[in-house]
Amino acid sequence: MSETKEKREAKDAAMAEESNIYRPYLMRLEKITDEAPGVKTFRLKFFDEDEGKNFTFKAGQFGEYSVFGEGETTFCIASSPTRTGYIECTFRQMGRVTTALANLEEGSVMGFRGPYGNTFPIDEWRGKNLLFIAGGIALPPMRCLIWNCLDLRDRFNDITILYGATNVANLVYKYELEEWAKRPDVKLVTTVDPGGETPEWKGQIGMVPPVLEKMAPASADTVAIVCGPPIMIKFTFPVLSKLGFTPENVFTTLENRMKCGVGKCGRCNVGKYFVCKDGPVFTFAQLKDLPPEY
Amino acid sequence: MTIEKRTLKKEAVGEFINRLRAGQWQVVAPKKKDKQVTFGEISGAEDICQDYVQTTQSAKGVLFPRVEELFRYQMQENGAQILEREGPPQGTVIFGLRPCDAAAVAPLAAVFTWDYPDAPFKKRLAQTAIVAISCHQADEYCFCTSVGGSPGDTRGSDILLTRLSGGDYLAEIVTEKGKRLVELAADLFTVAPKEEKEKNLARVEKRFDAKKLAEKLPGFFDSPVWIEQSLRCLGCGACAYVCPACVCFDIQDEGNEKRGRRLRCWDSCGFSQFTLHTSGHNPRSVQSQRWRQRLMHKFSYQPDRLDVVGCVGCGRCSRACPVDMNLLEHLIQIAEG
Repeated sequence: MSETKEKREAKDAAMAEESNIYRPYLMRLEKITDEAPGVKTFRLKFFDEDEGKNFTFKAGQFGEYSVFGEGETTFCIASSPTRTGYIECTFRQMGRVTTALANLEEGSVMGFRGPYGNTFPIDEWRGKNLLFIAGGIALPPMRCLIWNCLDLRDRFNDITILYGATNVANLVYKYELEEWAKRPDVKLVTTVDPGGETPEWKGQIGMVPPVLEKMAPASADTVAIVCGPPIMIKFTFPVLSKLGFTPENVFTTLENRMKCGVGKCGRCNVGKYFVCKDGPVFTFAQLKDLPPEY
Repeated sequence: MTIEKRTLKKEAVGEFINRLRAGQWQVVAPKKKDKQVTFGEISGAEDICQDYVQTTQSAKGVLFPRVEELFRYQMQENGAQILEREGPPQGTVIFGLRPCDAAAVAPLAAVFTWDYPDAPFKKRLAQTAIVAISCHQADEYCFCTSVGGSPGDTRGSDILLTRLSGGDYLAEIVTEKGKRLVELAADLFTVAPKEEKEKNLARVEKRFDAKKLAEKLPGFFDSPVWIEQSLRCLGCGACAYVCPACVCFDIQDEGNEKRGRRLRCWDSCGFSQFTLHTSGHNPRSVQSQRWRQRLMHKFSYQPDRLDVVGCVGCGRCSRACPVDMNLLEHLIQIAEG
């Protein structure tokens, strides 16, 4: 048994020696979903069926998505590893590559390489309560994890999702928010910043940290996963701390600028750690020891 | 293997170069170009310039070109094609570089081969042989001895030549690859000389201890020294572009929606846009943070993570700096601080 494993590893290593790690998979843009102003979700399928079948990843990992002629850009994989045959990414049109992506039509060819980075340790979360806290465009990296956990629902205890955006229009995955709201085994709280509500808005009004404080979720046997803009993260952690969460039980995913994704190009490091190799998933206990380079 | 010693007569250098070229090796060596000495392909020993302390650019580009094609793409009616260059690159002998440049292969290889092996680099490395020449002169910018090297250091070389008093060379054959080069001209490599190597080497005083510096640096992260040292830094990136051990790169596309290529290009951690997020947020938004990153990466993070110092003490960064930021002086300040 061990010999076969060794042989396989040797073969994999030999393959890796020869293959060009910068060569992307060719992907077909299967479906485009408009999520919010400037925000789209792409469903991508592998051109080569075998590549698609052999492709595996875990929640938390990311990839380099490219438009040929424009370049590459980095996003987490937004679909769950439990949903096979495709991957999804959600992005806001901001710079050169995301603008080129936004201009693509269904059926277009694009590139993808990955998966890269570490993963959320969901096997260690069996039997625990999960508290997801996301802000704005940071729901996509968490959506992969949420669906992963919902597809393995019986492994976890209570699942709570708190999601906030600046205004109602900017909430992403509105159709899935409705789905989660209807599920009896999920507690969903949505909120928009004061002034961002519409007359029909039935959710909370307020920034994520005060809404979280009002919700006062129990910290016992609970893991919190926080994704959002730096300012939200900064003010959310003190609230979690007050609620009794230890830094070891609070996870987040960092998003520094990257080019290679494989620990070489030299720009995503936070102190001696590379977000692309040692992250993107970090606990707050780890972040406390890192310099503020993210 | 144990190092084998031979003599290479000064008159035989030209013939050795000819034999290498006849053996299908491309030979790259220091050449005079206007007022600069820089590396380029040579057709004979007469092209080689040895009258210099340090070349402006190192020979890094042979292993890690300034701009390198990763692949070409071509759109088709139903899909696209990705084309990679086939076959290994041409075998190249880098001849006549300094031992510090030869030692710089180690930090490059450490970054390119840890974890994910980088095929473009590995292929070039496998096809490259290094014949270095020991330093018989040095200047005030040189500090190889402070970072583990020396003017006669054999690390990184396949063959190291040291010029002796009469002009002949002591040839130290360091690796199997070096041995294969010698086999192309075995008659030229005669019995080892009697003269000592040491007295033919430049003297470079050790100014600080890189190991002790690496231990000290983590405690310096919040020190005001970074601001003080970098106040005059222009963020021009010249230091990175002349560095034989800098690896940081960018990936860019060149072409249009129909055809083109994806390129890897040298980059510099000193540039303000290096870490700029598309949102406008920048984790290293001011020059002092970028200067700290440059030194920390080379003298703390790389020794810690990859067990290699990201500097060989060649002094090029200090010579090239338009505002005279002297790396050696700044390192001594921290080491003694």
